[in-house]
Amino acid sequence: MDIAAQSIEGGFVDPVFDAQTVFRTVMDAMARPGSVQPLPAFARPPAPLSATAGAIALALCDNDTPLWLDPALQASTAIKSWLGFHTGVPLANTPADAHFALIATPAEMMALDGFSQGTQDYPDRSTTLILQVGDLVSGSPLLLEGPGIETSATIAPAQMPRHFVEQWKQNIKRFPRGVDIILATADGIACLPRTTRIKTMEA
Amino acid sequence: MTAQPKDIATYNFAYLDEQTKRMIRRAILKGIAIPGYQVPFASREMPMPYGWGTGGVQVTASIIGPGDVLKVIDQGADDTTNAVSIRAFFKKVANVAVTTDTASATIIQTRHRIPEHPLTAGQVLVYQVPIPEPLRFLEPRETETRKMHALEEYGLMHVKLYEDIAKHGRIATTYAYPVKVEGRYVMDPSPTPKFDNPKMHRSPALQLFGAGREKRIYAVPPFTEVVSLDFEDHPFEVQTFDQPCALCAAENVYLDEVILDDHGGHMFVCSDTDHCEKRRNAPTSPLWGGRAEGAGGGLDQSTPHSTPTPALRADPPHKGEGKEKQ
Ligand SMILES: [Zn+2]
Repeated sequence: MDIAAQSIEGGFVDPVFDAQTVFRTVMDAMARPGSVQPLPAFARPPAPLSATAGAIALALCDNDTPLWLDPALQASTAIKSWLGFHTGVPLANTPADAHFALIATPAEMMALDGFSQGTQDYPDRSTTLILQVGDLVSGSPLLLEGPGIETSATIAPAQMPRHFVEQWKQNIKRFPRGVDIILATADGIACLPRTTRIKTMEA
Repeated sequence: MTAQPKDIATYNFAYLDEQTKRMIRRAILKGIAIPGYQVPFASREMPMPYGWGTGGVQVTASIIGPGDVLKVIDQGADDTTNAVSIRAFFKKVANVAVTTDTASATIIQTRHRIPEHPLTAGQVLVYQVPIPEPLRFLEPRETETRKMHALEEYGLMHVKLYEDIAKHGRIATTYAYPVKVEGRYVMDPSPTPKFDNPKMHRSPALQLFGAGREKRIYAVPPFTEVVSLDFEDHPFEVQTFDQPCALCAAENVYLDEVILDDHGGHMFVCSDTDHCEKRRNAPTSPLWGGRAEGAGGGLDQSTPHSTPTPALRADPPHKGEGKEKQ
């Protein structure tokens, strides 16, 4: 299939209701950090952009939200034209300009503090990171506490960024500034808003 | 409400266009990530005047889906004009099921009350907020209040509350009583009576706040600390009522005074009409059945209702205008 055809195919089948379902899943995941919310494939983007991460981009991005792509995604013309066709989203010039960032290979990603952190007056003007991870069970366990979590929650996302726990500690120190993370697997998502505290679990 | 949608096919699902919904959805996610912080958003014109809760309506319109069951209350009542109109609006433009039953609702849009029936995980409470800025009466300039929030400068707020104590011997604010969220942002809980403030603390439900005229959205995630501001020597106290509900005998609920005649006759009844009705129908059974009305079902406003409409419900309460029983 050529790029023109690829960019037109694979969007939401039912744009209004699919967008609502995907948003609501993200909202529930953001409101309950560490809870794994199932999300079936609503989109079929070109590889290596995953169906889940692609669907989140379709649901939340448009021409008002500059988007950053990590090098693996940046390298794909098909992905850029797919996102452009379905959302009209402009690509961010720098990570610090990005409202959203799609990361296909979190293990190789740049530091969290390279993205927009928002300002003390407008902490909402920060980047929301969508990280494609293999699963939420086979990585180092992260014990989570904070708003949205009744007592504690545990996830173990695979292929996380280097020194993630240390980086996240810095992210929390910047509160109310800071980035928020959506972890996207093939069939579900979990969120780490900037309020979530991570305690590493000793094996 | 003046708009009378004729044909659902001519309207966007839930009235708003997709770009507007996306913008509001993004604001909601930021609000959840920064509890108590007021996220600016580009409020849209809605087919109802601002006093009718356009902020709450826009939030509900942006989150609602075909599987939702919507309840709308106005000061605790499902049957006032405002609540009935908003419920009818969503039935029309989103074709969703509506209910008066707190327990079976997935989304509850409210003007000034939190239901007496405990909320559960998975429910979303959407508040209609007229004035989202708790510091507004201290400082009219938005640029200044934004700075105060940024620097966590809440000293003036405490001074104002303390002046109340000096003047009245207690904190006189009974509505829109300010709270601190997760130890950081001071937040206006909207003009709910302070009786409801403790229900916001670590609620299992997600709480979303929409202010249409002032173009702000904010949120309190589930299980989040919500603490009413107070002083060691003058701790926060909720209103108490010295008599039970005249209709269902409920105690420890919020009561409205109902004027019965022109000669000063009055009684106190539950502000939460669903709670009161259920207690009267099954006063001894803890198992109150749901009765969600299916989408496209009968007129929801035709539900017979014997609770007299309290005169107090005709007007929204104003800041500091309490009816506390001393
Ligand atoms: Zn009663």
